Amino acid sequence: MTIVKSRFFILILLFFSHFELYSNSLEKNIQELEKEIKEYINHHVLDSHDFNLLSYTKEDGTKFYLGIPLPVILWDDGLAIFSSSKFKHGKSVVKSGENFYKLYHGKIYKTDSSGKIYYDNNKNVINTSPIDFSITKGVVSIIFVSIIMFFLFRNLANSYKKNKMMAKGIGRFFEPIVLYIRDEIAIPNIGEKHYKRYMSFLLTLFFFIWICNMVGLTPLGINVTGNIAVTFCLALLTFIITTVSGTKYYWKHIFWMPGMPLPMKIIMAPIELLGVIIKPFTLMIRLYANIMAGHIVMMTLISMIFIFRNWIGSSLSFMLAFFIAIIEILVALLQAYIFTILSALYFGFAVEEEHDH
Amino acid sequence: MEKLITEFSFGLFFWHSLIFIGLIFLLKKFAWKPILDAVEERDNSIKKAISSAENARKEMETLKEDNSRILKEARIERDKLLKDAKKTKDELIDNAKEEAKLEAQKIINQANISIKNEKKLAIKELKNQVSLISMQIAEKVIKKELDNTNKQEEFLNKLIDETNIK
Repeated sequence: MTIVKSRFFILILLFFSHFELYSNSLEKNIQELEKEIKEYINHHVLDSHDFNLLSYTKEDGTKFYLGIPLPVILWDDGLAIFSSSKFKHGKSVVKSGENFYKLYHGKIYKTDSSGKIYYDNNKNVINTSPIDFSITKGVVSIIFVSIIMFFLFRNLANSYKKNKMMAKGIGRFFEPIVLYIRDEIAIPNIGEKHYKRYMSFLLTLFFFIWICNMVGLTPLGINVTGNIAVTFCLALLTFIITTVSGTKYYWKHIFWMPGMPLPMKIIMAPIELLGVIIKPFTLMIRLYANIMAGHIVMMTLISMIFIFRNWIGSSLSFMLAFFIAIIEILVALLQAYIFTILSALYFGFAVEEEHDH
Repeated sequence: MEKLITEFSFGLFFWHSLIFIGLIFLLKKFAWKPILDAVEERDNSIKKAISSAENARKEMETLKEDNSRILKEARIERDKLLKDAKKTKDELIDNAKEEAKLEAQKIINQANISIKNEKKLAIKELKNQVSLISMQIAEKVIKKELDNTNKQEEFLNKLIDETNIK
C-alpha cells in the first residue's frame, strides 16, 4: 500500500513539473502545445547545463525558472569557466576572455558578440563548438548517485564489523543482492577461479545502473543511463576489461578457430573480431535505448493528459502513465541485471581456459 | 545514428569515466572487499560449524557403538565368570563328597579292624575264661570223680556240650 502511495506521490510531483505545460495549454492551440511538448521532451531526455526543477510563464510573459545553475567549463585554446546562469537559458551571449559563447538547444556554440547562429542547407548549425567539460545535470546526478552508493555500501561493510558478521539496517536489503550477483552472475559465468577479480566492477556496475535508472524515474527529471555518453563509457570499460584479461585461448578462438577447416578459419576470423566490438556495442545501445524510450513514453503519456483535456482521454492517459511507471521500475532493475550478466559472460569468455569440447 | 553522434557529449563521457572508475576503486576498498570478505568469513564459519557438528555426531555414534560393544563384552565376561564359578563349585562339592566318602570308608575300615581286634581279644579272653572255667569244672569233676565215675563222665560231656564255643 505504501508503495502505491509513494508512486502516486511521484506521479503528482511529475504533474507539477509539467505545470508549465498546463498553464500554457489554457491559451495556446493544440498544434502549438504539441510542438512545445515535443521540444520539452527532447530537451528533457538530453543533458542540460543547469539543474532545472520547474519553470512556468508569468502573467507578463516572462519565464520563471526554479533550479540550480551549474559551472560551465570549456576548453577552447585555454580554459573558460563561468556559471551557467550567465546564459540566461539560451537568451544571452556570454563573453569569456576573447570569445563569445551561446547556448543553443542544450549545446554551447562559439559565436560573435551578437550571438548569431549559422545554419547549412540541412538546417544544421555550422558554428564551431568548444570542447565542453561542464559540470552538467548528468555529471551532478552521477556524483550524487556515487555519493549515495559510497555511503550506502560503506555502511553495509561497517555493519558487519559491528554486528558480528550480520548486516543490519538497510544493508539487510542489499546483502542478498550482493550475494546474488556473486553466486548467480559472477561465479556461474566467470568461474570459481577468476570471479573475484571482477566482483568490484560488476557490483559497482549493477548498483550504479540500477540506482541511476531508479533516480531517473523520480520527478527530478534526471536521465543518466539514457545518455549515450554514459552507456558508452560503461560498455567501453567492459570492452577494455574483456580485452585486457583475454587469455591465449580466447584470442586463439577469435583469430584461428580450432577444429575448423582452413577456409572456414579464414572466414571466421573477421566475423569473430567484429563480434568482439559488437558485444559491448549492443550493451551500450540496449541500455541507452531502453531507458531513453522509457522516459519518452512516460513523458508522452503524461503530456497526453494535457492534450486531451477531457475526462475520458485524460484519465485513460493517467492510467496508462501509471501502468508504464510501474513497468519502468521493473525495466530499471532488468536493464541493470542484463548489463551486468552480459559483462560477466564476456569476462567469462575471456578467462576461459582450454578444455575438451 | 548521426543524431547519436551529435548528441554524444565528450564532457559527460570524460566526467563519467573519471567518477565511475574512481567509484569502482573507492567502493572496492571501502565496501566490496570488506563486504565480500565478511560474507565469506561468515560462510566459512557456518561451514565449519556444520562440519564440526557432523564430526561430533559421528564421534557420538562411534562412542555409542563402543559402549554397546563394551557392554556386550562385559555381559559375555560375566556369563563366563558365572559359568566358571558354577563349575568350580560343582567340582568342589564333588571333590568334597569324594573325600568324605573316602574318609568314611577309611573310618569304617579302621572300625572294622578295631572290631576284629576287639573280637580277637574278647575271644582270647573268653578262651582264657573258658580254660579257667574248664579248669574249675575239671577241678569239680575231679573232685566228683572220686564219687562216681560214670556220672562224672556224663557230667563232663554235658558240660562240654554246654560250653560249646560259638
